[in-house]
Amino acid sequence: MSKARLTREQIAERAAMELPDGVYVNLGWGIPNLIAAYVPANISVYFHSENGILGMGPRAKPGEEDFDLVDAMKVPVTLLPGGSYFSQDDAHVMTRGGHLDICILGGLQVSERGDLANWRVPGAKGAGGIGGAMDISVGAQKLIVTMEHTAKDGSPKIVNTCTYPLTAIECVDTIVTDLAVIDVTPEGLVLREVAPGFTPAEVQAVTEPKLRHAASVREMRLKPR
Amino acid sequence: MPLKEKVCPTVDAAVAGIPDGATIMFGGFGGAGFPNNLIQGLARQGARNLGVISNNCGTGEGELGILFKNKQIRKVVAAFPGPGAKYFQEQFDAGEIELELVPQGILCERMRAYGAGIPAFFSPVGVGTEIGRGKEEREIRGKRYILEQALGADYAFIRAQRADHMGNLIYRKAARNFNPIMATAAKFTIVEVEEIVDTGQLDPEAIVTPSIFVDRIVQAPGKRYV
Repeated sequence: MSKARLTREQIAERAAMELPDGVYVNLGWGIPNLIAAYVPANISVYFHSENGILGMGPRAKPGEEDFDLVDAMKVPVTLLPGGSYFSQDDAHVMTRGGHLDICILGGLQVSERGDLANWRVPGAKGAGGIGGAMDISVGAQKLIVTMEHTAKDGSPKIVNTCTYPLTAIECVDTIVTDLAVIDVTPEGLVLREVAPGFTPAEVQAVTEPKLRHAASVREMRLKPR
Repeated sequence: MPLKEKVCPTVDAAVAGIPDGATIMFGGFGGAGFPNNLIQGLARQGARNLGVISNNCGTGEGELGILFKNKQIRKVVAAFPGPGAKYFQEQFDAGEIELELVPQGILCERMRAYGAGIPAFFSPVGVGTEIGRGKEEREIRGKRYILEQALGADYAFIRAQRADHMGNLIYRKAARNFNPIMATAAKFTIVEVEEIVDTGQLDPEAIVTPSIFVDRIVQAPGKRYV
């Protein structure tokens, strides 16, 4: 059995499986932005964008771009039937007000109690920027974080206490990484799935807090490639 | 009684009289809905020492970039200055510009509060983070909140798709973004539009910004910066 960590696309593919039919969803920058392409064809998911779009469709085809219809990353997109436009403040009534069912953001660190740090690396040059991440993290009914399990230097990104500037406290419900699916519960972190070929012990070795194990820790099921 | 004339003949007339030290809100997000003609007009007009409220801080010389390049701005309130904000970043790194970083939804809500006559409000966003530092905190029904202050400005520079002569506004798609909220939170709102129609020609059910929030209108074709 091969033992490669998941690619960013595979993390997105696995995260897309967390979306039930009929939910309103906001996707953040990075890996989350890849998720829309992996939503199963048999379910409907309504995408929200904080610049005032609900029912956002796929990227516009070349030659059909409308630069008044862009997503939060400036990419020209489309609007699906039933979609709507509104102002930025109404877009954040939806985020902060708890109206979005599921939000999926990238992460730099997630703590044992579900604190999220995802907007600034300490010591980084420049002013940094928060964007909508704090409003989204606080308001999401369910917050999923997708990220690589470890930093470039191999250190854990799932930590006892975040050392990077926080986005929000006690906000993360589920973490999907290139090694595992982990739920944040009042009893601590619960390992639900491991990447194909990896053992729970191998995941624990690169995770700072102690992982409890779900009744049966499964292997992720991904499309063969 | 004659209707107060809000339509200006030129962009330069629309931005005339902005004094040094003014605070100005600028609409726009993701390349859409920026009042780029008014921004270029303000660059020509030359007001300095400006306080700016905007989601971001320009793309090269585009959008707000030209005002930073000209060193017309002293202070910024923004949610995401942006990696493309070359001139802002240079001046920020050099310590020449003051920045207040605000979560995007709170930026909206602080302006909405100001426009609605609410001086401050409790919010869950930023609790336990550096955004909450130094702010009054209160527990309400078992949850932690921080006190956020309303945010107003002397001027709002905004862009809409269509206006009538009274200043009723309709926007286009995601180019709406911050524009309507800023129109409510500034003492004086200047709008550039793609098209001006006769009063009565806009569907009253479709008007997003009612004329009471608009002071000057100028017709100018949209400009986009990448």
